[in-house]
Amino acid sequence: MLSYISGIITFSLIYVIAAVGLAIFTGFTGLFSLGHAAFFAIGAYTAGILTYFYDVNFWLALASGGAMSGLVGILIGYPTLKAKLRSDYFAIATLGFGEAVRVLLENLEITQGARGLPGIPAETTLPVAAGVTVIVLWVARNFVHSRYGRAAVAVREDFVAAEMMGINLFQVRLLSLVFSAICGGVAGGLFAHYVSFIQPSMFTSYLSTQLTASVVAGGMGSITGPAVATVIFIAIPEVLRVASMWRLVAYGLLLVAIMVFRPQGLLGFRELSWAGVKRWLTLGKAAGQGRG
Amino acid sequence: MLEISGLQVKYGEIHALRDVSLKVRAGSIVAVVGANGAGKSTLMLTIAGLLPPAAGQILYEAKPLPRQAYEVLARGICLVPERRRLYANLTVRENLLMGAFLRRDQKGIRADLERMYKLFPILHERLKQYAGTLSGGEQQMAAIARGLMSRPRLLLLDEPSLGLAPLMVQNVFKTVREIRDQGTTIVLAEQNAFEALAMADDALVLETGRVIVAGSGRDLLNDPLVRKAYLGIKH
Repeated sequence: MLSYISGIITFSLIYVIAAVGLAIFTGFTGLFSLGHAAFFAIGAYTAGILTYFYDVNFWLALASGGAMSGLVGILIGYPTLKAKLRSDYFAIATLGFGEAVRVLLENLEITQGARGLPGIPAETTLPVAAGVTVIVLWVARNFVHSRYGRAAVAVREDFVAAEMMGINLFQVRLLSLVFSAICGGVAGGLFAHYVSFIQPSMFTSYLSTQLTASVVAGGMGSITGPAVATVIFIAIPEVLRVASMWRLVAYGLLLVAIMVFRPQGLLGFRELSWAGVKRWLTLGKAAGQGRG
Repeated sequence: MLEISGLQVKYGEIHALRDVSLKVRAGSIVAVVGANGAGKSTLMLTIAGLLPPAAGQILYEAKPLPRQAYEVLARGICLVPERRRLYANLTVRENLLMGAFLRRDQKGIRADLERMYKLFPILHERLKQYAGTLSGGEQQMAAIARGLMSRPRLLLLDEPSLGLAPLMVQNVFKTVREIRDQGTTIVLAEQNAFEALAMADDALVLETGRVIVAGSGRDLLNDPLVRKAYLGIKH
């Protein structure tokens, strides 16, 4: 039971890393990506191949997975962002990109096609995933509060005005995309070394959609919001396992309910913080005393 | 200061500007007058680097103007876009600070904020208010102030009188003159032809992408064609 719970937590954390990455892109520049599973897959395969075939050190492989994803992020981002594709066109471009990567993985020699890579060393443990999550959250937070993060918000709110203020639209968008791709790649690397078997069909557009749903439901413009949403989305199907097939219905209902009752997402553009939690608790207490 | 020659701009198949030439002398106000769809905004956006020219040349201080908006701003040309485009969910003060995005001199920025409060006393009262809650005229003032925060040497104003009450229009134009007197050159695109021509040193009239008349503001005010077509004065 304990290993089952720690397994779910590890799983959630891996997806949190990918979702936080996507939040930096979609949440802060306003461009939707429907192909983020591709970055996840690229990271998983790069890291997996390195440890499986070449006995590379796990951490090195993980970093390489992130780096490779970032590189591919530049490759896909350069033409699409340079052309200033608007949101829906960009989303379709990423959709195509996601599928293209999956097909590529199915047909390459080194990825062993649809057979996948069985027996990748299981290096990802709960502490490893937790450690990486903390680092990613910390870097994401710093990014958002940096000059680039603020510029990204300005771009999301009104890109013409942002350009008039002297913001380099292309640079800001590409930077967030690359950061988000790196996060996706690292998450993929952790995933590969957690489940120790990967195959292309694990990285379909379903995964991309799930990540995007987490970001939207968690709140565009928040980092902790999507993180919380991811955990909820992973935990709920597990908690409801007793309800067998009905759990997927519950999952769908939850998504609809969030969008209807909180269209701005669980946290909106706010962040979860210790100070905020404290304030909320004291407010509750004060209200309680008031009533008492 | 700015010299445009033979400028052509296209939106796909549509020819928005044909062979437009324009000279802007330092310290002057240049008015670009014309009806809806004449190409005024296109001209402004092209100078600001948001649209690529299909042909022609834009020289700024004898050098070709860069083609990216952020580079153009760095050279000292700032566009106050049509419909103001303020950040509605930021306060007025934050909007003004956004204008100084490329600047790093904290002291200069603070001094310029003070300068803006003097130039636009109404903004001083509204500093902590969200920009979206301002009236149209106040928003226009805030947009101009935001543009000035980048310390441009050339300010492009695209339809600053759009949607404003007549009294507010007077106010905005008065401020435009003050800005020029403080040393910023201005190119003003306006449908409000009479006011714009009366205050302009030089002016041109655009019609379906072509310059049909150009000259000093005073000349154009007295030009029979302009009087008839744009000022509604019959002979």
